[in-house]
Amino acid sequence: MWFVKTSSAAVLAAPTEADEVVVPPRARRRIRPTTWAALGFVAPLLVYVVVLYAYPLYENVSMSLHRFTRATYVTGEAPFTGLDVYREVIASPQFWTTVRQTTVFVVVSLVVQYVGGLALAAFFRRSFPLSSLLRALFLVPWLMPIIVSGTTWQWMMDADSGVLNRFLGLVGIDPVWWLNADHALASVTIANIWLGIPFNLVILYSGMQGIPDELYEAASLDGAGAWRQFWSITFPMLRPVSAITLLLGFVYTLKVVDIIWIMTMGTGSSQTLATWAYSMAFGKGSSAVIKYSEASVVGTILLVVALVMGFVYLAAQRRQEER
Amino acid sequence: MSTTARVHAARHGNRVRRSWWRTAIGVVLTLVMLFPVYWMVNVSLTPRTAIRAGRLFPASPTLEHYAIVLREQLPHLLTSVVVGLGTVALTLVVAAPAGYALSRLLLPGRRVLNFLLIVAQMIPAVVMALGFYSIYSRLGVLDTIPGLILADSTIAVPFGVMLFVAFMSGIPRELLQAAQIDGASHWRTFRSVVLPVSRNSAVTVALFAFLWAWSDFLFASTLNRGGGSLRPITMGIYDYIGSQNQEWGPMMATAVVACVPTAILLVVAQRYVAAGVTAGAVKD
Repeated sequence: MWFVKTSSAAVLAAPTEADEVVVPPRARRRIRPTTWAALGFVAPLLVYVVVLYAYPLYENVSMSLHRFTRATYVTGEAPFTGLDVYREVIASPQFWTTVRQTTVFVVVSLVVQYVGGLALAAFFRRSFPLSSLLRALFLVPWLMPIIVSGTTWQWMMDADSGVLNRFLGLVGIDPVWWLNADHALASVTIANIWLGIPFNLVILYSGMQGIPDELYEAASLDGAGAWRQFWSITFPMLRPVSAITLLLGFVYTLKVVDIIWIMTMGTGSSQTLATWAYSMAFGKGSSAVIKYSEASVVGTILLVVALVMGFVYLAAQRRQEER
Repeated sequence: MSTTARVHAARHGNRVRRSWWRTAIGVVLTLVMLFPVYWMVNVSLTPRTAIRAGRLFPASPTLEHYAIVLREQLPHLLTSVVVGLGTVALTLVVAAPAGYALSRLLLPGRRVLNFLLIVAQMIPAVVMALGFYSIYSRLGVLDTIPGLILADSTIAVPFGVMLFVAFMSGIPRELLQAAQIDGASHWRTFRSVVLPVSRNSAVTVALFAFLWAWSDFLFASTLNRGGGSLRPITMGIYDYIGSQNQEWGPMMATAVVACVPTAILLVVAQRYVAAGVTAGAVKD
């Protein structure tokens, strides 16, 4: 099993390890030196977390509670407004449209990636000639810089000269204006699914490797075919891994900016919460005016969702450990 | 040949024929999946005048676009290498000792820290970028390479810590005890036992840290917008999108060049990646 570790796959495996360190009684008596050493070794990380995570996040939340404008950087004045900006953002006509588009983007991406990844993982479960090479090649979309995939998809979806429309023309379908306002959401979702399938494949494949072969042997002795085996063994046994895959997929899809921005700049129907925040803060695409406070309001909403998901993840992991 | 052996051989032949079937399907699926990659290479080799025709194969392949890449993109490529290496160094310096503390020393509150690391990976990059932008513009470090390195490292550090924790908790206790019996300090044990043993996971962390920093678009496009030629290669490609007359040839050629680290990671580093994975992270 050679496949590449995802950050999340490491998460799957890592955190329980530390708890398994058994404390011999002798060490317990002189715990202080070890604790000091531990603190020393972890100090760079602590400093790092405070300076490079806590501080920017604090800054983000603070901006959402003050009225920041471009002028703030000149005059230094940003009056405290409490939750006013939150109310404005939620009341704005764009908000619910964007939430709806984000939901479509996330849900469709998740479902198709998961089903595709699961089918591929089941396909690759038993090795065949070239299987490990092909599986490795499937990782390419995921390891490529997103700017590369984004620009390639953009060109493939070009209305006049794009290869997708040429393929469609071969089967007699009229050219699709892929990247215009109406179709933008579908187009970026397609590209995002393509990006996400390898991730699902890797995690679900590694999950399948953990299912004992005897189960399949017993089932095939009982005359269960491949289809039946999948639904009665693979799928149920994979439930915990599936839950974690979907959960991480949700978090990762929710925060996607780059693929959308590169393809459409978040214009038209492809504006999600994350690209909206990006465009308001950095003033391109659908928002021509810079609105730091509004952007950080949307950012803070995303942050809260991420935090909640962190807790859900932890709970799911606990439950899996208890089994 | 006995009957059972013959039956066995027949069955074996059957299975081989069936699995070649699977290989055929697998190849087709892979081709479909990698079509965009092929298309990128195809466009990058197609002469400027023929690009809009969109032929399936480059009829008269040309390297003209790659010549343009050499002329225009070298500073960006160099910047990306510097940013990538800086990110790797910072990530390793922070993550390796922390991995040791979390896996081997009885750090109080390590559960909380683990949780924070999980959440850290879930934080939307755009939120981080907003915070960084505000801080950086106050400190005047926008459009600087160290600033970008600091931001890029936040993608890799949580992953790095977790990979080191997973690997280092698999190091046999006897190894560490032997060092301690010889009177080695924790620092000494870390430097001359833990680190050398963890070399493969360090390589894995380094490779991914480099790849992620190299691929980063979000921090580069926000914290390093005005950096001119001191912007990474992702921005070099992005410039082509913004320009009036999109030059697809040079853009796709640059994209191909930007995939070199990906290719290296897939081909050369498989061994290390596998070692890192099987040694530590795969528990059950």
